[in-house]
Amino acid sequence: MPDVPVMGDPGPTGRFGRFGGMFVPETLMPACIELEAAFRDAWGDESFRSELDALLQHYAGRPSPMTRCERLGAELGGVTVLLKREDLNHTGSHKINNVLGQALLAKRMGKRRLVAETGAGQHGVATATAAALLGQECTVYMGEVDMARQELNVFRMRLLGAEVKPASSGSRTLKDAVNEAMRDWVATVENTHYCLGSVMGPHPYPWMVREFHRVLGIEARRQSIELLGDVPDVVVACVGGGSNAAGIFSGFADDRCELVGVEPAGGAAVGGGVPGIVHGMQSFLKQDEFGQVEEAASISAGLDYPGVGPEHAHLAASGRATYPSVTDAEVIEAFQLLSRTEGIIPALEPAHAIAWVSRERASLRGRSVLVNLSGRGDKDVAQMMEILR
Amino acid sequence: MSAIEVALRSARDAGRKTLVPYLTGGLGDWTTALAAAADAGADAVEVGIPFSDPVMDGPVIQQANDVALAAGATPPGILDRLATLDIGVPLAVMTYANLVFRFGWERFASRCAAVGVSGAILPDIPLEEVGAWADAADTAGVATILLAAPTTPDERLDAICARGRGFLYAVGLLGITGARDSLASSAKVIAARAKEVTDLPVLVGVGIGTPAAAAEVCEVADGVVVGSAFVRRMLETGSPDAVGELVAEFRAALDAG
Repeated sequence: MPDVPVMGDPGPTGRFGRFGGMFVPETLMPACIELEAAFRDAWGDESFRSELDALLQHYAGRPSPMTRCERLGAELGGVTVLLKREDLNHTGSHKINNVLGQALLAKRMGKRRLVAETGAGQHGVATATAAALLGQECTVYMGEVDMARQELNVFRMRLLGAEVKPASSGSRTLKDAVNEAMRDWVATVENTHYCLGSVMGPHPYPWMVREFHRVLGIEARRQSIELLGDVPDVVVACVGGGSNAAGIFSGFADDRCELVGVEPAGGAAVGGGVPGIVHGMQSFLKQDEFGQVEEAASISAGLDYPGVGPEHAHLAASGRATYPSVTDAEVIEAFQLLSRTEGIIPALEPAHAIAWVSRERASLRGRSVLVNLSGRGDKDVAQMMEILR
Repeated sequence: MSAIEVALRSARDAGRKTLVPYLTGGLGDWTTALAAAADAGADAVEVGIPFSDPVMDGPVIQQANDVALAAGATPPGILDRLATLDIGVPLAVMTYANLVFRFGWERFASRCAAVGVSGAILPDIPLEEVGAWADAADTAGVATILLAAPTTPDERLDAICARGRGFLYAVGLLGITGARDSLASSAKVIAARAKEVTDLPVLVGVGIGTPAAAAEVCEVADGVVVGSAFVRRMLETGSPDAVGELVAEFRAALDAG
């Protein structure tokens, strides 16, 4: 098998080492092939790129800033901490980068309807937002359990004009929402684009979604050099499916930086999974001895996914990145730590990355660490109020 | 040539439209139901090995999967039971990639052959990814039954027919498994397109909910695969005899043409 350049083009079959591929029913194969060709064409087209850049700048608010955390760094005993502020984007997370790209691509392909899955609701809200902006129909599948946990995001999506449908089979969380979105797409593929929310699924999604998030990695590299005079020693991001991590890692893959993806202890696909095939891809997967997919359990609905994007599986297998995990208790501490020291309330997802930095403070002393603050914590405040009461 | 392909070809040569019922393994008294289906005129039977995330399946088969899994169904357990079964018609299995990948491509293929399973349908392994499995299956003498969909372009259909074994599974509509009240117009179209380019038996599945729809699509196709209608009967009644009665209704409709 030929070597794929680190975070480069995985080629027509979408392989990252032995991971990736296109494991979807035949009904969807022509759509995946068409999408790969359309993305390749659009990504090389100046007019598409400038239309997307204009939306990212004037609608989403890019570039997002980078914040140097003096008080947090001091509390950690002398760590230089930088935050990439994706929490300040429109809709409150990095997710908007990908959905604006995919919604524009859907329009270019003549598909009038978007279907999406969502866990915490961030990707669903972002997709509903892009659909409203571009005048597209939008259906979002969300696990019944998550709809109850994230009632406000359900309301937001409906306010934005999207239809929100419950995924009521299996564990009734993110993986089941993906199943339902794929089933919808099997029936509607002729006029519908599946706006997948992470670097997972069949080719070309893992590659395409990473490329739509590359913008944040490029910005972060430039901003790090402006602030530090150099790239940081360590780049850290949380990993569920792994889209925000893929975006920021892509900016530093060819540098000397250590790349660290932080998984939740209850959903550690790289740390606790074995190779498997689900949702269109070959990757690491939490599963039982027979191959039945196991449910993930984490404080963060956005990371409640038993698999991980195939490129992360490859980065782990090749040793380019490492994937430690943190516990819910460590995340709760980190959520408060960043709020108290910097006046920034993080989403529970990037609080995983902060938790790792906090735990590793001794070995990070004197070094520089860039954390992708992938989303803001507003959506999690009610849940944290209950936990901390 | 696999036992299932031999059976389906000889039925076609004899002018008989073929009926392949699907039942979920591990669901109630499923082995007796398979025998009842065979007695009622099935030409082969397809056994589903339940999976936690069946993306190609609608609510009825999803529910059957959940019930069977909760009752402790496992891939090796189902294959072991099939080894003890002699119902007089060929057996195929239908399941998803991960269960086979986890079992091991070669190991699963040889275990199928050992227990008398002569074909396998793995709907989330398309042509691009089928090599490792299909090579193992060919070596073991198990037919790799491939799907063709209404969205499949002509050149791709040729390639699928060339790599497929056993029969061509023509997906009758855009959508997941589940009985529909009437036949989708796409069903005869895909059957006719497939018949143009392959000598494999062409069976239409997905959405064939009634004996009348089965007979109608067999004006073009060589046969049908029917799943959700039988699985629903099994879920509702738990009675292998009731399943057999419904299989007999499909058989009668096909024989009446």
